[in-house]
Amino acid sequence: MNNVVANAEQEPLVRIRNLSKVFGSTYAVDNISLDIEEKGFFSLLGSSGCGKTTLLRMLAGFETPTEGRIFIDGKDVTDLPPYERQVNMMFQSYALFPHMTVADNIAYGLKQERMARPGRDERVREMLSLVQIEKLGHRKPHQLSGGQRQRVALARALAKLPKILLLDEPLGALDRKLREQTQFELVNLQERLGITFIVVTHDQEEAMTMSSRIALMREGRIEQVDSPQRMYEFPQSRYAANFIGNVNLFDGVVTSQSGDQVLVDSEEAGGQLCVRHSQPMTVGMPITVAVRPEKIRMVQAGDDLPNQMQGVIREIAYLGDESIYHVELASGKRVKYTQPNVQALAELPLTWGQTIALGWHADRCGLLAQ
Amino acid sequence: MTGYGGGAGALAGLRARWRRLTVGRWLVTGIPWLWLVIFFCLPFLFILKISLSEPALAQPPYLNWIRETADGLVSIVVNFGNYGLLWDDSLYVSALFGSLQVAAISTLLCLLIGYPMAYAIARAPTHLRMPLLMLVILPFWTSFLIRIYAWMGILNTNGILNNFLLWLGVIEQPLEIMHTSLAVYIGVTYAYLPFMILPLYATLSRLDPVLLEAAADLGARPAKQFLTITWPQSVPGVIAGAMLVFIPVMGEFVIPDLLGGPDSLMLGKLMWTEFFNNRDWPVASALAAVLLVVLIIPFLLLRHYESRAEANGEEAA
Amino acid sequence: MSAIKQHRRAGFPWLWTALAFGYVFLYAPILSLIVYSFNESRLVTVWAGFSTRWYGELMQNEQLLSAAWLSIKVAAVAATIAVVLGTLAAMTLVRFRRQWGARSMGIMVAAPLVMPEIILGLSLLLLFMSMADLIGWPASRGQGTIIMAHVTFCMAYVTVVVQSRLAYMDASLEEAAMDLGARPLKVFFTITLPVIAPSLVAGWLLAFTLSMDDLVVASFVSGPGATTLPMVVYSSVRLGVSPQINALATIIIAVVVVAVSVAGYLMYRQDKQRTNMQ
Repeated sequence: MNNVVANAEQEPLVRIRNLSKVFGSTYAVDNISLDIEEKGFFSLLGSSGCGKTTLLRMLAGFETPTEGRIFIDGKDVTDLPPYERQVNMMFQSYALFPHMTVADNIAYGLKQERMARPGRDERVREMLSLVQIEKLGHRKPHQLSGGQRQRVALARALAKLPKILLLDEPLGALDRKLREQTQFELVNLQERLGITFIVVTHDQEEAMTMSSRIALMREGRIEQVDSPQRMYEFPQSRYAANFIGNVNLFDGVVTSQSGDQVLVDSEEAGGQLCVRHSQPMTVGMPITVAVRPEKIRMVQAGDDLPNQMQGVIREIAYLGDESIYHVELASGKRVKYTQPNVQALAELPLTWGQTIALGWHADRCGLLAQ
Repeated sequence: MTGYGGGAGALAGLRARWRRLTVGRWLVTGIPWLWLVIFFCLPFLFILKISLSEPALAQPPYLNWIRETADGLVSIVVNFGNYGLLWDDSLYVSALFGSLQVAAISTLLCLLIGYPMAYAIARAPTHLRMPLLMLVILPFWTSFLIRIYAWMGILNTNGILNNFLLWLGVIEQPLEIMHTSLAVYIGVTYAYLPFMILPLYATLSRLDPVLLEAAADLGARPAKQFLTITWPQSVPGVIAGAMLVFIPVMGEFVIPDLLGGPDSLMLGKLMWTEFFNNRDWPVASALAAVLLVVLIIPFLLLRHYESRAEANGEEAA
Repeated sequence: MSAIKQHRRAGFPWLWTALAFGYVFLYAPILSLIVYSFNESRLVTVWAGFSTRWYGELMQNEQLLSAAWLSIKVAAVAATIAVVLGTLAAMTLVRFRRQWGARSMGIMVAAPLVMPEIILGLSLLLLFMSMADLIGWPASRGQGTIIMAHVTFCMAYVTVVVQSRLAYMDASLEEAAMDLGARPLKVFFTITLPVIAPSLVAGWLLAFTLSMDDLVVASFVSGPGATTLPMVVYSSVRLGVSPQINALATIIIAVVVVAVSVAGYLMYRQDKQRTNMQ
């Protein structure tokens, strides 16, 4: 596997080292180090105020870092002003120049690098057809719909064929239907052009669908960087587990480990839980067992599930495609458990107050440090 | 990480670039700032200086602080006599109170007329608001002097108003309005009304009408709604408008000069007389200094409520 | 919704009466000026038939015409300088809010808006005299000193007008231009300036009007030979009502009405575009 070694030594496209940004006395970005590989769809995910937009704005050059360096393509760009960086940005508000036509908006960046007229017009035409608004070139921004404006903003940011495209909540202003459609178009565009996309979003679903990698941020720090799938299946912290999808957490203490089986004694769960985990653990260490609601199932006769418990159904949320059941255990802990609604208008098999038994396999749950 | 940094030369280039940027910023800020310091702030020092000089029959009509005495000595003479004069002579004190009275009463009149107008405009259908507001601002664009002059024609003993009232038979004898305090009140209220309406409109139009519906829903009658919901929220606008009227009226010269009579003594008029007719620059300067001091508190009030209104606006946006 | 609105409107009939009364108060004096400018009689208050003779006499009044010409020149120059300085000041107050000097600039810009003209005039005269004493400039008072004085209070108004437009402008427009490779100066001329242009025009017109209108400050800082229109009007009005002034007033009002209507229409159109955008 020489290949891997070579790749590891290769400079990543974006290299962020010990980056901090202080506003007043608060750290918006707090000592972040991060590598972003070329040709990917990279998401900065987090709730509002986590520093993701500040990080993006430092990449674009709008904010000067308080500490740390940013390298793009091996070159230190930390002190470069925005107009000297080969990075373009699509703004959350789109920031279309209201006094210029769509075509002039797209040509603006090309004019700044003094591209000659014929080539410029050609590029503008290409960009218009790339985002499928060929006929709107002569319009002014106020004559466009929200979706069209989003496309113009995208075309304008892509026109200079930057190495990296930064997108600040690119779908935030669109309605739900348009958003789903545009998600796929953005991914297709990224694959076709081979430009690295770095997206800021607060929407975990959006990040999951579009990204090849996600950096989850919290209070100016990076919580976890992973592929969407690993982020969901193997969250490394309670925060990550809670932020993406639903999760049940049981606090407990490690009682023994044999092979890849860890036994956890949890009062909340009302007994021992068995988790498949290969890293060595210290006995007596406090730990949390995490299990996703859809990994839980109802125990049937003859089932051999290592983790089992009984509880009473307290609440049912009908979501259409599935239902979520809140089941109260003897310890008072509530467990969320989902079941797909296979039959239309079938009499619900489960009702409030009913006692049911739930269980899951040892390899369907994970351990999180407390 | 050192391997990634540019050479020393590149670093110097960067520094130069950033310096250029800040030089641009300094120019943008510095040019208007310097202009204001020289032509707006600095002159106050000269007012202070002249107000502490002795008047003289000369050109310019005051003596310098620093002068050479007959025996070749240089002496500095600071004269507080002008302020003493202001304090001792009842003329100046009563002019100060006259100004305060006119400013206060006409501010109140502007509020009484302006509040319902601003409220009505703010409650008008959206497409009518701009035109209605334009109608308030329009007179402001025509000459101030000429608008005051218009009242001379109306209020004269044989003016339009008296002719009209005589013709109606309401009065037997023409009313003596011209050259009285009443004429000054009318003129000031007329000239400064737009300054009251604009900030009032700004706060009242921002008021969410749903709040009144909520109050009504909770059982408040219209009068109560106004007193408990509308009025408290419009206070910043009321104070801003009041100060925009009060402060300039304190130094008003044209209106008392053209419409007022001997009983309407005001600081602005007195300053003008001292300066142009009596050529007593030191006393005129002392009067200006006193007026400035009197106006500091209303000005700070205005700044406070304007910035508060701005903050509210930003929150709303 | 419309039922609620109607109810609300019907609830305050006195409010609409007050509004109507207010407009009568604002416009009756102006109307009386216009009506009596067409009066045959020299006595402004006695109607003696329709005539345009005062307009004819006005056109013969050399002193008034040359004063008007001087006022127009002064106002045009002062308004132009005030727009440049006011725009810079507004940029500072909105964009470089944390820059050294921005806070003090905020106060210095707010103060001339309410400062009694008589103080402004006196203080500027004293400044000009002391400057002439110390550095020999300005050597004489007249056009030049009036312009400088007018710039000082006009730029405060321009700043307020431009500032509110700038604050309304999406700052990411400028960032987007920079992101696309434009240097700050280029950003200002290709993006910022075109976007705020309407407010510059409004600011210029406001400054021009204020300068044309100023009597008190000009009386202090002008010198022999520099008599502005308000100064001539004032000395004539002091002696009593004069039909020529009525004619002049009518012309001024006509110009203002036309200008404001055009500006209002343009603003309305722009406003509509803006609301379409949202």
